[in-house]
Amino acid sequence: MDKYMEMVRIRFLMMLAYRTNYYTGILIYAINIAAYYFLWSAIYGGKSSMQGMSLGQMTTYVAISWLARAFYFNNLDREIAMEIRDGKVAVELIRPYSYLGMKAVQGLGEGLFRLFFLSLPGLFFVSLFLPLQFPGHAKTWLSFGLSLLFSFIIFSELNLLAGVVTFFTFRNEGLLRAKRFIIDLFSGLILPLSFYPDWAQQLMAYMPFQAISYIPSMIITESFQGAAVSDGLFTQAAWCVLLWFPIALLWRVAKKRLVVQGG
Amino acid sequence: MFYVSVFFQYMAQYMKTKLQYRTDLLIEWLSDLMAQAVNLVFLLVVFGHTTLLHGWSRDEILFIYGFFLVPYAVFGAFFNLWDFNERYIVQGEMDRVLTRPLNSLFQIVLERMELESLLGAVPGLIIMLYAGSRLSLSFHWYDVFVFILLVIGGALIYAGIFISLATISFFADARTSIMPMMYNISSYGRYPIDIYHRVIRYILTWVLPFAFVGVYPAAYFLDKKEWYSYAFFTPVVGMVCFTVSVMLWNAGVRRYRGTGS
Repeated sequence: MDKYMEMVRIRFLMMLAYRTNYYTGILIYAINIAAYYFLWSAIYGGKSSMQGMSLGQMTTYVAISWLARAFYFNNLDREIAMEIRDGKVAVELIRPYSYLGMKAVQGLGEGLFRLFFLSLPGLFFVSLFLPLQFPGHAKTWLSFGLSLLFSFIIFSELNLLAGVVTFFTFRNEGLLRAKRFIIDLFSGLILPLSFYPDWAQQLMAYMPFQAISYIPSMIITESFQGAAVSDGLFTQAAWCVLLWFPIALLWRVAKKRLVVQGG
Repeated sequence: MFYVSVFFQYMAQYMKTKLQYRTDLLIEWLSDLMAQAVNLVFLLVVFGHTTLLHGWSRDEILFIYGFFLVPYAVFGAFFNLWDFNERYIVQGEMDRVLTRPLNSLFQIVLERMELESLLGAVPGLIIMLYAGSRLSLSFHWYDVFVFILLVIGGALIYAGIFISLATISFFADARTSIMPMMYNISSYGRYPIDIYHRVIRYILTWVLPFAFVGVYPAAYFLDKKEWYSYAFFTPVVGMVCFTVSVMLWNAGVRRYRGTGS
């Protein structure tokens, strides 16, 4: 366990070396969210609520989902694909740790860094001039924290899955890109899933993507109340467990049939 | 003249290599199409709940989006600078580029050409035709030339902004995370500019003139007379943007010292 914690720390410090970039990042994030705010104001056009969400809730939803993304987002799929292509993966496999586990904690290190140096200052900065609504209950915040952790796990699991597939296909640039757009669209990042037509919502309810962004953002904006919160958390937990099986299975097969070309 | 002939030679070479790997080509095109679909779905879903966006109808907004895709495709085909820092500065490729007999920026444009991006303009044209016919817009014979001029202007604005961003790598060592975020900001030029607060309107018009790649030029075809002066200003903004960025680039190249690797 110690070595994994150490890896989280090292990644965090690595990111810290480049922190100046993140100051500009905060500014650009602010412009982004502000533009979104005006776009949504125009969409609401004076209506007090759409799909059960007020404009204030919607603004908070957008601001939080982009900030949450800074935490759960990582490029593990690309990193794995690159290491397979370069042949570096051979060296990684003989090291005394679980390759996938190590990748996951590296992602966590990056995520924690962005949480503290991009998300939190960004949120503070934006809340100075945009009417964000934060919940008063400690319970909502706790549920949100838990939900965010699940988001990270599910997002990383999907990335690991896509990465492991590279062991079989060697090149899967297309798959990785497609995955990104599917996540953008179906995770509720660009707009809450409750805005989609009913048939689409029913379809999305069976997919893991909604657990990445939609559920945590609905929790923090208090658009989910009572049982909906625990249902959401339960869905996320279920996906965390379910997604583990295909990864473990593919990984077992992949290790056996790994072909390293040069290196 | 020399530049023109080198350009076409590179282009021919490019086609040969690309057509060798046709599946890759197909996959890249499909993923481009998906990126466009994400934005389109957003617009369609939003307009499932409202009919007007600050007085602009669904079809007008779709038209703006369709127009935007054309200059964006031209930009994407010739200015692939998003990984300039890693590829050219960190890995030292810039040293090689500087030994070539062409202007270094032109050389990189040639090397990083991605002509298949031009296919991205096709969905744009289809969206424009669809929205245009529903709005029953009238076109004149000279509109084709105006369209080409506005598209070139828009592509030059994009090129100018992203060349300037790439230039940062000459002055600062650290890798920049600005580029992906800039792609995000650029998308706000696709919505009617009057929905924004005046600060953002100012930024999108004069600082990062992305509005000239979407709403302003499209307003010309949508017969929105109040935006005509902005629409016709597009090529000028494009020229200015591009010229400034080339000057910045040349200044950056003079400062370049290589990574020593």
